Amino acid sequence: MGELYKRFGGGLATTFLALVLLWIAGMVLAPNIMMVDYALRPNLPPSQIGGPNDVYSLDNVLYLANEAVHRSIFFKTIWASAFVAFATFVVCYPLAFWLAQHATPSQTAIALLALTIPFWINEVLRTLAWYILLAFRGPLNALLLSIGVIDEPMRYYGNGGVLAGMIYAYILFMLFPIYNAIESLEKAQIEAARDLGASTWRIHWRVVMPHAKAGIATGCVFTFMLAAGSYVAPALLGAPGSRWFTEIIYNWFFEGGDWNRGAAYALVLLVLCLAVVLVTLKLARVNLTDVAK
Amino acid sequence: MSHSVELHDIGMTFGTTRAVGDVSFTVEGGEFFSILGPSGCGKTTILRMIAGFLNPTEGRIVIGGRDMAGLGPDQRPTAMIFQSLALFPLMPVWENIAFGLEARGASKAERRKRADELLTLIALEGYGDRMPGALSGGQRQRVAIARALAVEPQVLLLDEPLSALDLKLRQHMRAELRALQKRTGVTFIYITHDQSEALAMSDRIAVMSAGVLQQVGAPRELYDNPATPFVASFVGETNAFSGKIAAIEAGIATIETKLGVMRGRAGPDVAQGHAARLYVRPEALTIDKGGDNTLNATVERIDFEGAFALAHGRLDDGSELVASISSTDLSSAPAIGSRASFAFDQRHAVVLADG
Repeated sequence: MGELYKRFGGGLATTFLALVLLWIAGMVLAPNIMMVDYALRPNLPPSQIGGPNDVYSLDNVLYLANEAVHRSIFFKTIWASAFVAFATFVVCYPLAFWLAQHATPSQTAIALLALTIPFWINEVLRTLAWYILLAFRGPLNALLLSIGVIDEPMRYYGNGGVLAGMIYAYILFMLFPIYNAIESLEKAQIEAARDLGASTWRIHWRVVMPHAKAGIATGCVFTFMLAAGSYVAPALLGAPGSRWFTEIIYNWFFEGGDWNRGAAYALVLLVLCLAVVLVTLKLARVNLTDVAK
Repeated sequence: MSHSVELHDIGMTFGTTRAVGDVSFTVEGGEFFSILGPSGCGKTTILRMIAGFLNPTEGRIVIGGRDMAGLGPDQRPTAMIFQSLALFPLMPVWENIAFGLEARGASKAERRKRADELLTLIALEGYGDRMPGALSGGQRQRVAIARALAVEPQVLLLDEPLSALDLKLRQHMRAELRALQKRTGVTFIYITHDQSEALAMSDRIAVMSAGVLQQVGAPRELYDNPATPFVASFVGETNAFSGKIAAIEAGIATIETKLGVMRGRAGPDVAQGHAARLYVRPEALTIDKGGDNTLNATVERIDFEGAFALAHGRLDDGSELVASISSTDLSSAPAIGSRASFAFDQRHAVVLADG
């Protein structure tokens, strides 16, 4: 703070601080306070707002606790998001390791470009591409049928489709933190481990992964939060059996017309996500500041 | 007796660059063997080929009588100590040391016991639970050695492991490495660009230059009887005088130089009428005492180095000459700017064909 004033002088530094505070107040605090406010108040017709029935209570949250279907979708969203994070990690780790330790600079450039280009397109359109790929009469089934892997077309929409769509959507959020972490690992450490007789598995488990722990935790936290808050992939690639909690929140707002209950659901999701993230970081012994880097 | 290491016509080509060519030598079991050369001479490439990180494009490597072709670093009876040491920073010292045993499936109690034994061997008892980052440079060095010894290798490969230490510690670690090698009886192959390190520690030394093996021999042999001009100038300080061989008689070559006729022991490959160079060490030169070969020069400066001083003389053809003077004789040294006669015994000079 003192540094800021010393470098830019009183006027400019005050302007910077004011802008940052305005941003935090307007974009972070206000919406969240409004959400909490909505969540704790009952859904009333306009005439009764501010009346005797308009009191704070936990009714909206308790409604979720007592509603068996919503509750199970909520918990399923949490563990399914964790699974998405894990599956994305499984896909990204070998790629990140190869890019960071084995690829030539030109191979790295080409691979990173190929991975980044799809992200120039809107997420909805990218998910729609998967919608087409995974369709019952779509290219994937046609390909698998033609090479004889399957005898009749399969239905992918549902859990499988949502998983594929999400892994694809969040691959970079997992890849880059792990890539950065592994890149800083000295090659001699891997060679030393191999020279001492360690198997490939042990080299990764004991040397590479511990070194890349902060990057892995960062990638998993990003992916978990994005997956838990995802709407497009479950909406497009899901089936009635693979409903995501965000879809229920959406329904309260736009179908049920009950913003208060929707806000309460969103609040519960937010709190639980935060808890999962903090516990994960604690278990991995990684600080939030490491993640921010 | 530990395993011997034989290199048969080893060659290594990276793309179009030939890093190492036609290198053959045998390291005896239990020997402290150094590979000496300037950076980029191919010595690290040779070490990595012996370790199994690189496959030679030509030739064979035989360790303990067994051809190593197709075996990875984890399947060879060798352990490597890396220039950076490559300790695992997130594991405590004892886990570092026992890592090779962990990879071999030893139980935790067994690993801890062996790690403690090795910590005693390297005089670091009680340091097992510290992290490598909390150790000094010399201590980390010793942990790296213990980690390599834990897998009971037949051959220990050391890639300039002392280069990051300061002079005093380096000298101390030289003695310690030498003692450790004697005690364990393991064959050591030691890479260095520091000729005094190689001379002080090794049983034998291989000198490399630009991917080519120059000479293999005991330290004294390399110093007194260099086989090539490179060895003569790289191992120790030397003065060189070029000229043409006038005669060779009873192992003594007479060479005509711009500074007059000189005599020295004839090296291999010298022939009458051919261009050659005479090499003489600074300590073989005497000042104003007379001898077989005499050179007159102006004393330009005398650099005091502690145990000895180096007198730099300017010869009549403009080239420089260096003679060492023992510190105890400094009082009788010629004055700076004066003319002095530098002389050497022909048995202390060597004449080699110009390569």
